[in-house]
Order: sequence, then structure tokens, then C-alpha cells
Amino acid sequence: MKLMVSVKRVVDYNVRIQVKPDGSGVVTDGVKMSMNPFDEIAMEEALRIKEAGNAEEIIAVTIGEQKAQEQLRTALAMGADRAIHVEVDEDIQPLTAARVLKALADKEQPGMVLLGKQAIDDDQGQTGQMLAALWDRPQATFASKVDLDGQKAKVTREVDAGLETIEVDLPAVVTTDLRLNEPRYVKLPDIMKAKKKPIDTTSLADLGVEAAPGLKVTNTAPPPERQGGKKVESVDELVSELKNRGLI
Amino acid sequence: MPTTYTAPLRDLKFVIHEFLDLAPYSELPAFSEASPDIIDAILEEGGKLCEQVLHPINMSGDEEGCSWNNHEVTTPKGFREAYQTYVEGGWSGLTSDPEYGGQGLPHLVGLCMSEMISAANTSFGMYPGLSHGAWAAIHNHGSQEQKDKYLPKLTSGEWTGTMNLTEPHCGTDLGLIRTKAEPQDDGSYRISGTKIWISAGEHDMAENIIHLVLARIPGAPEGTKGISLFIVPKYMVNDDGSPGERNGVRCESIEKKMGIKASATCEMGFDKATGFLVGEENKGLRCMFTMMNAARLGTGIQALGVGSVAYQNAVAFAHERLQMRALNGPQYPDKPADPIMVHPDVRRMLMTCRAFVEGARALALYTGLQLDLEHMHPDQAVREKAGDWVALMTPIIKAYFTDMGSETANLAMQVFGGSGYIRETGVEQFVRDVRITQIYEGTNGVQALDLVGRKLPSKGGETLNAFIEPVKAFIDEHQGDSDMAEFVEPLSEAFDGLQQTIHWLFGKMMEDREEAGAASSDFLRLFALVAMGYVWARQAAIAHARLKDNSGEQGFYESKLATARFFMTRMLPDSAGLMQRIRAGAGPVMGLDAEAF
Ligand SMILES: Cc1cc2nc3c(=O)[nH]c(=O)nc-3n(C[C@H](O)[C@H](O)[C@H](O)COP(=O)(O)OP(=O)(O)OC[C@H]3O[C@@H](n4cnc5c(N)ncnc54)[C@H](O)[C@@H]3O)c2cc1C
Repeated sequence: MKLMVSVKRVVDYNVRIQVKPDGSGVVTDGVKMSMNPFDEIAMEEALRIKEAGNAEEIIAVTIGEQKAQEQLRTALAMGADRAIHVEVDEDIQPLTAARVLKALADKEQPGMVLLGKQAIDDDQGQTGQMLAALWDRPQATFASKVDLDGQKAKVTREVDAGLETIEVDLPAVVTTDLRLNEPRYVKLPDIMKAKKKPIDTTSLADLGVEAAPGLKVTNTAPPPERQGGKKVESVDELVSELKNRGLI
Repeated sequence: MPTTYTAPLRDLKFVIHEFLDLAPYSELPAFSEASPDIIDAILEEGGKLCEQVLHPINMSGDEEGCSWNNHEVTTPKGFREAYQTYVEGGWSGLTSDPEYGGQGLPHLVGLCMSEMISAANTSFGMYPGLSHGAWAAIHNHGSQEQKDKYLPKLTSGEWTGTMNLTEPHCGTDLGLIRTKAEPQDDGSYRISGTKIWISAGEHDMAENIIHLVLARIPGAPEGTKGISLFIVPKYMVNDDGSPGERNGVRCESIEKKMGIKASATCEMGFDKATGFLVGEENKGLRCMFTMMNAARLGTGIQALGVGSVAYQNAVAFAHERLQMRALNGPQYPDKPADPIMVHPDVRRMLMTCRAFVEGARALALYTGLQLDLEHMHPDQAVREKAGDWVALMTPIIKAYFTDMGSETANLAMQVFGGSGYIRETGVEQFVRDVRITQIYEGTNGVQALDLVGRKLPSKGGETLNAFIEPVKAFIDEHQGDSDMAEFVEPLSEAFDGLQQTIHWLFGKMMEDREEAGAASSDFLRLFALVAMGYVWARQAAIAHARLKDNSGEQGFYESKLATARFFMTRMLPDSAGLMQRIRAGAGPVMGLDAEAF
């Protein structure tokens, strides 16, 4: 079976985000960019599935600007066999991404599409679910454990109440949570080898996908500065403090 | 709060892709693989390893240190695992010959990685650092059989290496070495003696340790002309490459010391250990010398790394620590006090650190590129020029970087105030760890003598021209460029001063060799300042050009200009005082009788 993994180029999780003075977005000029951490987990899971002998090929996909190829190279260095770059300069909305992945799923016929449960830049958390709907296949979101069993996958999900285990028929969409695995460090020789692996470049038009109009960002602002906390000694003090502040 | 480390990727990329011009070399073997995107990927993944694997065990490694028990050494918690990750990642073969399993990438890239490793965890870096020294000794001087036997596993990092030079009675003066090597019928030697302060001499991270040992064959000439180099493996190596019988070398004890506590500093006892001659008899020191440039450069880079991490942590602290108000009125009236970042004296300290770190990085990597060209450029003339630059710059980088790395760590500690002196913040570790770099690989005093006594007069002054010519050309090129005047003029003045001082010194040295000795350390500092001025002016020229064509990242390039300005106005002027000091001659230095001390 083939596995398809989507990876997104985002501002590195260590970077202190700065909002552009005119509120049009966040500063990305000269800022370190990386693979979305949840996608790295998806990539790692795909590698483990392949290494366990349950898949033959891993295809990494990204949708984004030319430079997003850097993240594809990282995926290839981690161990993906080939990559597809859907070149788009504008910001991508979840529905557009889902449409692209659906078109690629039709073409590549993967047994599983793995995605991060969300991208840390806009925290939308919708692409996997939308893809499942468009593709008309089962979804297992927020995965913290994935076990393959023939044509089925048993997936443990992180839900509000704790953990829930479900079984899905393959092909399916799996979105990954933080605790699913710890991604490997890329090996130096694999960085060198990744360069020789193929990246196919395509476009929305080639795939017959129309970008979803939907959302428009009107303003970006930093969160209000946090006020310093206060330690209270007793429950009584806590209650009176809350009352003082008009919170209860 | 523990220290943090962020790999300086943006600045490394600036130096490699903008400051150095690698395009002309893309045909050279090491560079053909090292396209810009590959270099970036290597720096990113290597940086990640340093940030996430090596740095988290830096403070704990210092706290725990190495321990010795019955001739075996245990490294601190987490070091074995981290070394395993490093080896599995293939990092140990980064620049090594592909013939023995390495990646054959440019030294330039190796230096970037060394800087990050040393910044993240100076002690950890000692182990691969020493291995590389042993690797190079065998690669450059070993027989084919020795190369086949030892290089693959040194390249992969499965084995580590050491350099055994120092003995209780001799450090700088290796001519005094007493360790004995007795020839055997089978062509091997029996090595007996004691070596001290051997870094990585014993540890628990690798299955075998390959010692390179300087020793004297009976009947050899006195002094440095009678020293030979030997391979002494901890475990003899079987024909299939597996470790065999234990050899007669063991670790007698490890030192308690000021810093790099997670690096085992060992007394090694050799008791009729089996050794194999490397190269020719009595040519041991010469073998060592060919590796010296790389090792000394490496020591300078270590100090640069520590300076860089110390600076980063001082910056973070200066943003957070609230103390007193800005001199011209509060800048954060809603807070109980302003962050200390507002105070000019704190800025002075941070700017000094920054101007050193970024200038040194550019100078080091430029020199790293010359090291690559010296080794692989097809054109003999290019190789020679590059080699001259490296020869000249090596003692400067070793001594100036390590002196300034120490100063930077101390300034970072000063920014922390009392917190800096308290163990918990981790800054005092930087001060302790970096201090050794001024001492080993030839003390800084010895570097200064090397510069004045050996490098300046070398090839009738031709070596010196490797520096003089490009600086002169740069100054001429920017004459009359009003944007660049604020950088070129002070550079030009200090450069003239340096040349006059060299002229004066040559004259003095002829009369009295002690004059050279008395001037040497100040002269090295003077030369270093001019070299730094040159790289800062060149960086400023690039920043100007980028700002002009509006290619984005305005903040980055403006910071470069501001830092260049600080260097030119606040650091380079030290050259005037140095010149004055040098011209005072040896008299005041040697004025007291030895007995009067
Ligand atoms: C932590 C640590 C790790 C080490 N690791 C290794 C290792 O792995 N392998 C190894 O072989 N050695 C190692 N060493 C030894 C180190 O290289 C020596 O300590 C160093 O070379 C200096 O030698 P010394 O200590 O004998 O000092 P000395 O040579 O006794 O020097 C003392 C002082 O005299 C000055 N001096 C000496 N000669 C002159 C001169 N001609 N002109 C002007 N000044 C002079 C020196 O600059 C210095 O200030 C290590 C040492 C330490 C502390």
C-alpha cells in the first residue's frame, strides 16, 4: 500500500511571532521556517508503518510557495520515497488543501493519508476532516496510536474524556496528535540522498482544483499582554479576590 | 532557569551564502555535493541536534562530571545516548574522505557544525574533536593498511581517537618527551611511559579508542628531531576489524578541573603497549604539525561557540531583568523598572560580545574556505595563496578567538549580575568551560610567537602578502565610496599602522630576538583587530548593497551595519594603544631581574 503524507511549511515553533505593524499578518521575512510539527509526526508514523512492512511507498505532499520544497526535502531526508509540490503562492485555506489532497488521492490511490491534526500557523484543524468527507472515506483524527490490521486500522484517539479506540476501514484519513510518536532526527547521509529523490511539481489548475474563496483575514493583532498573577493563601482569600475583581 | 541555545542559522547562512562566494568552487569535489540547499539542510538538522540533544545535557554533564573506577571512566548521564544519536546520524563523517565512509563535505561546513556543537555542549564536542585529530593523522601519514584498518570506524564514530603528546614534565616543549618505543621483530613497537591530560583517553561511549602517541625510539636524536608517532589501540584490532585483545594502555586517573568536566582528562599509563609507527621514524612532530592548523582553528571555533551561546543567554536575560530606569526617563512606565537592556553600559557589553561573535564567525568561515581550497583546488597558485592565508590566520584565530571567547563569556556573566555568579543560571559554566581554550593546542603565548617568529618572516614575507594584498585591494576598491567611508577609513588607518608596526618589528627582531617575544601577544592582538576590521567592512558592504536593492530583511542588514559601526568605533581603536605598547619595546617588560620577583 501507498501512504500519502501532507506537510506544511510554517514559522518554526521556537520563533517568537511578531505581528506586522499594519496588522496584515505576521512577520515571516528572515524568520526560520520549518515543517509543521504535527506533520513531522505524521511523517514519522508513515515511516514506522513502512518499516514494519505494512506499506511500500511514502509520498510527501506540500501545497505552497516555491520555498516549501525545503520542507519536502526534509520529508525526503526523513525517508519519504518521493514528493509532490503543488505550487501556490497565496495562503491556502483548509478546503482548498482538502480538495488538492482529494485530487491527489484519486490519482495516487493511497491506503492511508496522514496529516497533522492542525498546522501551528493558523490552527485551523479542518483539512483532514474535510478530506475524509470529499474523499468519502473514514477518518481517525487526533491519533495517539495507530495499529494496522490487514485492511483495517485500529486508532487510539485523544478526546476530551481521555482515550478512545476506533477501527476504520482502509483507505482512511488519519490526523496525528502530539503523543503519537517522537519524530526521528534526520541523518546526514539521508540529507544527501534526499537530493536525488524526485519532486513532482504541479498546480491547482493541473489538478483541476478550484481554490476555495471562503475566509478573508481582516486584521492580525498580538494577544493582549498578560497581567501578572497573584498567589492567594486560602480558599476564602481566593473567593474574595474573585469577588473584588467582579469575576463572580 | 537553565541556559538555552538556538543555532545561529540566519547568520551562518549570511556568511556562507552572502559573505563567501562559493559559486566559483562548485566544481570542486567537496563543493559539488554541497549546493546551497544541501548546506542549509545540514545546518538546520545539525542545529536541531545541538539544540535538542546536546544542549539539554550540558549543565547536568558539568554538575555530574566524569567518574573513574578501576581504570574505567563513566561519562555523565545522557552522554552515551547523545553520542549514539550523533553517530547514528552520520555526523562524525561530515567532512571525512568518502573512501572511508565519510560524506566528504567542505571543512567550511564542518566548522559550522563544530561551532554549534561547542556552543551547545563544549565537553561533548571534545570527543568527536579528538577523534577527528586522530583520523587526520592516520589519513595524512598512515600506511594504506593502517588507513583501511582504522579509518572506517573512526569515520563512523564507532571508535574514537586521542592525541597523546603531553607528559608530566613537558607540554609546550615536546622535545623533552620520554615515552619510549622499543622496536620488535614483527615491525611493531613496545610503548612505555606516562602521558597526562589526555582528553577522551578513556570513556564508555565507543567500543574502541585509537590513541596516537608521541614517543622516542632508543638511540633517536635528542629533542624534537627524535620523536616518532605511533598508533596504540585500546583493543588490538582483529583482521576482520573487530576489537580483540586488550592492549597494555590504561587510564590511571582522571583530573578534577575548572571546566569541561564532562570531558575526561586522563593520565594514561603505557606498559609495553603494542604500537605501530605512523610515517617515518623521528618524523613524528612533523606529522603532528600538518594537522596543527586544523586543530588550532578548531580550538578557536570552540571559543567562538561558547561566546555565541553566552551572548544569546545574556541577551535573553537583559530583556527580562527589570532594574532601575533608563537615564533619559522610564521606557516602560507600567513596569516596576525598565529592563536592563536600556542601560548603555549593558549595551556596551552586549555589543562587544556580538561584534566579536559575528565578526569571528565570518573570519573563521572565510579561513575555513581557504583551508578547503588549500587542500583541493586544482590550481597550484590558488592552493598556495589559500595555504598562506590559513598559515597566517591560524595562530590569530586560535589566540584572539579564545581570548575573546573568554572575555565574551565573562561579559555575559557580568550582564547577569549576581545571578551570573550563581551556578543555577549556567553562565558561569561558560566562563569555566571556555578558559581551557586559551591554554591547550599551544598556549596563546606560543601562538603569538608562532605568528611573529615563524609566520611573518615565512617565505620572505610572501605568506604575509596573502593578507596584505586582499585588504589593500578592498580598501582601494571602496575609496571614495561615501556609504562605506565610515568603515573603510578606520580600517585603512589601522591597516597602515599594522604595516608600519610589522616594518618596525622586523628591524627590532634583527637586533634582539627578545624584542619579538615582548611584542608578540600585543602584536597578535593588533593583527587580529585589523583582520576583524577587514571582515566587518566587507560585511558592511554587503549589508549596504542588500539594503539598496531592497531585497527584504531590512532589520537583519541594519543590525549588521550597526554592529560593524560598533566594531569600527569601539573595538578597532584599541589598535592605537597596542601599537604604542609594542613600540615601548622589551625594555620595560624585562626591566626586573628574575631574582627581583
Ligand atoms: C583540560 C586539558 C586537556 C588537555 N588535553 C590534551 C590532550 O588531549 N593531549 C595532549 O597531549 N595534551 C593535552 N593537554 C595539555 C596541553 O596541551 C598543555 O597543557 C599545553 O600545551 C601547555 O603545556 P604546559 O601545561 O606544559 O604549559 P607550559 O609549557 O609549562 O607553559 C607554562 C606557561 O609558560 C609559557 N611558555 C612556555 N614556553 C614558552 C616560550 N617558549 N615562550 C613564551 N612563553 C612560554 C606558556 O605560554 C604558559 O603560559 C590538555 C590540558 C588540559 C588542561
